[in-house]
Amino acid sequence: MFTRKPRSVTSNGQGNGIAMPNVHRRTFLKYAGMGTAILGVGSLAGCSSDDDDSAGVNFGSGDTSVLNYAFALEQLEAAFYIQVLTTPYAGISDVERDFFTDIRNHEIAHREFFRKALGGSAIQDLAVDFSTIDFTSRDKVLAVAKTFEDLGVAAYNGAGQFIDKADYLVLAGKIVSVEARHAALIRDLISNGTFASDADAQGLDFVKSPTEVFAAAGVYIKTPININTLPK
Amino acid sequence: MNLQNIFSVIEKADPEIYQRLDTRRDAMKQFRDIGRVLALSAIPMALGGMFKKAYGRAPADVLGVLNYALKLEYLEAEFYATAIAKPGLFPTDASRGAFTTIANHEAAHVELLKGAITGAGGTPDPKPTFDFSGGKGLDPFNDYPTLLIVAQAFEDTGVRAYKGKATVLQENPDVLTVALRIHSVEARHAAHLRYMRRNLPGALQPALKPWITNAANDVPLIQPVYAGEDNDVQATITITGIAADITKEDATEAFDEFLTEEQVLAIAGMFIKP
Repeated sequence: MFTRKPRSVTSNGQGNGIAMPNVHRRTFLKYAGMGTAILGVGSLAGCSSDDDDSAGVNFGSGDTSVLNYAFALEQLEAAFYIQVLTTPYAGISDVERDFFTDIRNHEIAHREFFRKALGGSAIQDLAVDFSTIDFTSRDKVLAVAKTFEDLGVAAYNGAGQFIDKADYLVLAGKIVSVEARHAALIRDLISNGTFASDADAQGLDFVKSPTEVFAAAGVYIKTPININTLPK
Repeated sequence: MNLQNIFSVIEKADPEIYQRLDTRRDAMKQFRDIGRVLALSAIPMALGGMFKKAYGRAPADVLGVLNYALKLEYLEAEFYATAIAKPGLFPTDASRGAFTTIANHEAAHVELLKGAITGAGGTPDPKPTFDFSGGKGLDPFNDYPTLLIVAQAFEDTGVRAYKGKATVLQENPDVLTVALRIHSVEARHAAHLRYMRRNLPGALQPALKPWITNAANDVPLIQPVYAGEDNDVQATITITGIAADITKEDATEAFDEFLTEEQVLAIAGMFIKP
C-alpha cells in the first residue's frame, strides 16, 4: 500500500559524531496524504453509486479540515444569533439584547477570521435550517443557544489534539475560552449558577469528536457536508 | 549504542516505522510503543534529545507545564475553600453556591494534575504558602466585593495561563485535551464571576461583561491580568472591521489572549509567601 521512502542519514552538524536519520514529518505527511488519496480512489472504485462517500462539501485534509470544521460551526452560530436579533423573542430585555448582540458579533468575527485564514481552502457558505427552532420563545432560544455554545466548547476541546500547526492551536485556544464565556452566560440566563454545572467529577469540560458534534448540529445544516476527511 | 544502531533496532522492531510517522503526535505514540520493545536497556538520553530536536518537546517540558498549572490550581483551590468555610461572607445562598461549584472544580483539578504528574513519572511540587492579602492589605475573606475581585483576577489569569501552554503539550494529545478541558472550565468560572460583579448589589459594574473588552478593568491592582487583551490582530488578520459592525470592542472580546509564564507568576506571586 505504501511506497517506502528511502531513508537518508545525515549528520546533525553538532560535530559529536552522532548521525541523525532525516525524519522529516512534513515528508511523512505528504506520503500519508498520497496514501490516503490512493485509498480514496480504491474505495470509491468499489462503491456503488448510492454509497458514495465523496458527496457533500469537502473539508479538505490536515489542519485545513480542522479549520474548516471550526469555520462551519462558526457559520452556524453566527447565523443563529443573527436570526435571534432579527426576530427577537417577545419581552427581550435591553440587557439580553446587548448580550446577544455581543455574542453575534463575536461569532461573526470568528467566522470571518476563519474565512480569511483559510483563503482559497475555505468551504462554501453553508445554508442553515432553523425551522425546528421557535424564535418567539425565550426558553427555546436560550435552550438552543446553550446547545450551540456547549457544543462549540466541546468541539474545540476535541479538535485541539488534531491541530498540527502551533499557531492554529493557539488561535483555537483564544476562541474556545470565549465560547465558554458565552456558554456560561447563556446557562446563567437560563438558571443562574449553572455556568459550569455539567463539568465532570474531575472538573473537566465537555469534549466531542467531529462525528459527535455533527450528529448534534447536523439537523441545523441544510447544505450536504462530507466529514469523512475530518479526524475521527 | 549510537543512534544509528538504535534506529537499526527500531527498524527491526517495527519495519514500517518511517511510514508510521505521519504526524508528530503519531510519532510520539509510536515511540512510546517502541519504548516497550527496547525497555531492556534504558533508552539513552541522546534519544530523548533527538526527539526533542526532531519533534519539538521533551517530557520534562510537559512535567514543567503540569507543575505550573498545579501551582495555579493550588492557589485557586485554597482561595475558594477558605471562602466557603467562612461564616457570613456570602450575601446569598446563590453566591455561596457558585463559589462551592468553583471550589469543587479547583480541588478536582489539583488532584487531577497531581495524578497526571505522578503518572508521568514526575513529582508534584508541594503547595506554596499563600497570602491572600496580595501584600496590599486586601481582605477578601471579610469583604465580599474584594472576594469577587480576587476571584475574577484568578480565573481570568488561569484562562490566560493554560492558553499560553497549549503548544508545549502538543506532542501529548491526552494531556493537551485535559488541559483544554480545564481551560474552558476556568473560562466559565471567569464569565460567572464577572457576571456576579456586574450585578453586585450596591456596586453595579454595568460595563463589566462575561467577556473581556479591550484591556478594560475597573480595579488598578489587577490590571496586569488584562495586559495585552486589547490585541485585535489574529494571525496577521485585523479583526476590527472584518465585517460590518465589528468594532474594536467586539474584536478584542472575541479572542482571549494568553499570558506568558513570567506574567502569570508575577500575578500569582503577589499571593504567594516567599
